[in-house]
Amino acid sequence: MTINAASFRELRLDGLSRDFGTHNALKNVSLTIGKGEFIALLGPSGCGKSTTLNIIAGLLPATGGGIWLDDKRIDPLRPEERGFGMVFQNYALFPHMSVNKNIGFGLKMRGVPKAEIDRRVGEAAALVRLQGQTEKLPGQLSGGQQQRVAIARAIVVEPPLVLMDEPLSNLDAKLRLEMRAEIRRIHNTLGATTIYVTHDQEEALSLADRIVVMRDGEVRQVGVPEDLFSRPDHLDVAEFMGFRNKVAGRVASVEGERATVAVDGASIVGRSRNAVAPGVAAHVAIRPEDLHPVAEGVPGLKAQVISTEFRGREFVGFARMADGTDLSFLAHDRIAAGAQVTLAAEPDRVLVYGDKV
Amino acid sequence: MSAPTIPLSQRLAARGLDGLTLLVLPAVLFLLLLFIYPFFYGLFLSFNPKAGGTFANYSRFFSDSFLYGTIATTLWLALPVTVLTLVMAVPIAFRVRLMKHQRLLTTILVIPITLGTVLVAQGLLNYLGPQGWFNRTLLTLGLISTPVKLLHNYWGVMISLVITGFPFTFLLTLSYLSGVDPALEQAGATLGAGPWQRFKHILLPLLLPGLAITFCLSFVQAFSVFPSAVLLGAPAGPTRVISIAAYQAAFEEYDYSMASAVAMIMGLVQLAIVVAVLAARGLLYRGPAGGGKG
Amino acid sequence: MVKDNRLSAKLWAFANWAVIGFFILNLFGMIATVVTSSFATRWLGTWFPAGWTTRWYSSAWNEFQLYEVLSVTFQIVFLVVFISGLIGVPAAYALARRDFPGKKLVMLLFLLPLLVPPITFGIPLATVLYRAGLAGGMSGVVLANLVPTVPFVILVMIPFIEQIDTKIEAAARVFGANTFKLFIYVLLPLLMPGILAALLLVLVRTIAMFELTFLTAGPTSQTLVVALYYAVFAAGVRAVQSIDAMAVIYMVTTLIWLLIALRFVNPTQIVARAKK
Repeated sequence: MTINAASFRELRLDGLSRDFGTHNALKNVSLTIGKGEFIALLGPSGCGKSTTLNIIAGLLPATGGGIWLDDKRIDPLRPEERGFGMVFQNYALFPHMSVNKNIGFGLKMRGVPKAEIDRRVGEAAALVRLQGQTEKLPGQLSGGQQQRVAIARAIVVEPPLVLMDEPLSNLDAKLRLEMRAEIRRIHNTLGATTIYVTHDQEEALSLADRIVVMRDGEVRQVGVPEDLFSRPDHLDVAEFMGFRNKVAGRVASVEGERATVAVDGASIVGRSRNAVAPGVAAHVAIRPEDLHPVAEGVPGLKAQVISTEFRGREFVGFARMADGTDLSFLAHDRIAAGAQVTLAAEPDRVLVYGDKV
Repeated sequence: MSAPTIPLSQRLAARGLDGLTLLVLPAVLFLLLLFIYPFFYGLFLSFNPKAGGTFANYSRFFSDSFLYGTIATTLWLALPVTVLTLVMAVPIAFRVRLMKHQRLLTTILVIPITLGTVLVAQGLLNYLGPQGWFNRTLLTLGLISTPVKLLHNYWGVMISLVITGFPFTFLLTLSYLSGVDPALEQAGATLGAGPWQRFKHILLPLLLPGLAITFCLSFVQAFSVFPSAVLLGAPAGPTRVISIAAYQAAFEEYDYSMASAVAMIMGLVQLAIVVAVLAARGLLYRGPAGGGKG
Repeated sequence: MVKDNRLSAKLWAFANWAVIGFFILNLFGMIATVVTSSFATRWLGTWFPAGWTTRWYSSAWNEFQLYEVLSVTFQIVFLVVFISGLIGVPAAYALARRDFPGKKLVMLLFLLPLLVPPITFGIPLATVLYRAGLAGGMSGVVLANLVPTVPFVILVMIPFIEQIDTKIEAAARVFGANTFKLFIYVLLPLLMPGILAALLLVLVRTIAMFELTFLTAGPTSQTLVVALYYAVFAAGVRAVQSIDAMAVIYMVTTLIWLLIALRFVNPTQIVARAKK
């Protein structure tokens, strides 16, 4: 009934879609995930990432497309027949069962003998460092401990695939960092395949082997964290990945990967991320931490400072250009409000996106 | 020099007693006067019979089969009705909880509760009669050859109790069920539990404490059946329930002392069943039915 | 939710719907019988009456003195609604906002009249009211009916008041409202939906409350439901259709208020009050 973990090479989502009435929650999502990969589904709320996860788990039926585990089509299977492990956002621990019973539930459902259940539950509890807590009820545990029970419960059945739905969103900042490391450690120890849903870029960047960025029910970009961080394919992905400064201009010249964009009398050089030709309208995207004030006369974006905030080592500045575009930048000194500044960034750190016609 | 003393009003306020708390007083006094006092008055009265010693009422009750028999008669109605309505209500509540438009159904079901037992009795007198639509339909369908006798016997009272009792039990079960986090069932499914296992291992244990309360409330209601036992049953015989005995003592024999004794016995039987069920419930998990934080 | 498309699951679903369908069919059959009969000229041994008439309504109106009965009913009901709001809402407010020694005991005191069936506590209560000379008249009926309705208002209102942020009251105080102004301008508007819902439910319950009214009413203080009981009890004295016409009048009176109440509350709330 359950899928044998050893036999599986890859999981394939083939044109998955899901309609809620007239609204398309998911549009034609295709993705191939290899055994042992840690995949993060990243996107703002409502982008379809949780819908995708629930469809993979079998908790929501897809209205189009299919899911394949190697050559076996699994989307007609009910969730209990898929044999995946899932960690829920609010953990969904059974409140009336002890930690032991919670962890052993999946094994019990599979008819594993009692002695083996005890042994494997013990191992799983040790793996998530819960020894000594196993007779307690979930209500007696802290948030971090509940999280560990939820993970142990999902992995103890040795599932081919572990699904995690924003598992850290209910923890405080310190615990979140700690559990992030734990999740990666457990993934490495078990050699499991993990699909991890989150809206937190930092979490996705630090955990995942590959990141799938979703928006409006579509996959926007799939890539390794380094690529996504420095070379997003689309302007909206770039914004979501922290390229918060977005300035409209017109392409002046193109030379290989380099494009020069005329913005408000100045020209900015950056790397083009899609096909651009001289004369087309374009946007440049720059991270605030890459944008700095430069000396008068150096080419750059002219703006008037609104305020600066002290951030420990540096100052974060806020400025407005003549056309009303807001910019954030990093400065070494406090700059008086109302001062005129010129802001520039290294060409390698500037991304140019030609506007779609 | 003594330390400044804190005024009494502030010390009381620190314990939660201030002007605002006094707002509760009228309600408390009202209920002490009209609920607690009558209870003790009745208890006292029941030990001061019209004739005989202190326990004359009680010994009369338990020596006269016409009186003590009412306990069995009432239990024989109330227990099957409670079990039946609960057995009907649980699966249907499970079904309905998945529906988006529950409101129409719950509104329909609240109608018999609102109309009350007297109207249901009047309606059933017509509907279940030998010439009523119920018997006519069964005859037309060929399911029976002569009309079934459903009035002025056990079955009439039973049916009327189901009609008012089922919606009550159902709505209560539904409200308990909606308190169970749906993610728990999903978690069970991803861990390999089929529908029956999810029910047995997850939903039922979480629901049982609520079902115990539902059982108690439904039972107590059914046990205090009165108008339908008179109007639809055989109040002199098979459906002479305990409330009829109490009513007759008070308003036909004008023996308030005996009536109070019967009322006390009635309350005691209800209490006994409720305590038994709640004691069993004490063995169950009773915490929140959520799946964790948030 | 987890979907299941196997045959066994479908059969089970069908069985569930069949039970609920059968129940509702009979419920509507019963109500339709009463309505049909109240408009029937003669209805014996056939599926439908021989003819239709509205004369039973005027005869019921006269025979059962429904004008007096209805006016008594509404006087009693409105008095009960008004007084239970007046006593219940402040008590609920105090209980929602303050913790004090003995609060658990007080809560138990308010829970018991809702858990103990009216006929059980009604007999000693009626005895006390008769001894005090209050029963047999309208005041006795009102007092008896208040015993379950005051706790009902309290228990419905407590969660409603608890979900109003105390900071709102603190803010009103800071901006200079005294207790009276706080009540009129801040609390009352915030509490109004809850009060309205609670009192509408009290109204519906009191119209339909048979046992307590029955045990304490005299000939001039009968409500509609008690008059209906006596009419059914003495069946044979009057034409069945006449009693059915009265039953229809009772149903309409109750259901109108139920429909109004359901605009403000969920049907499950009507029974779920005693959940805890």
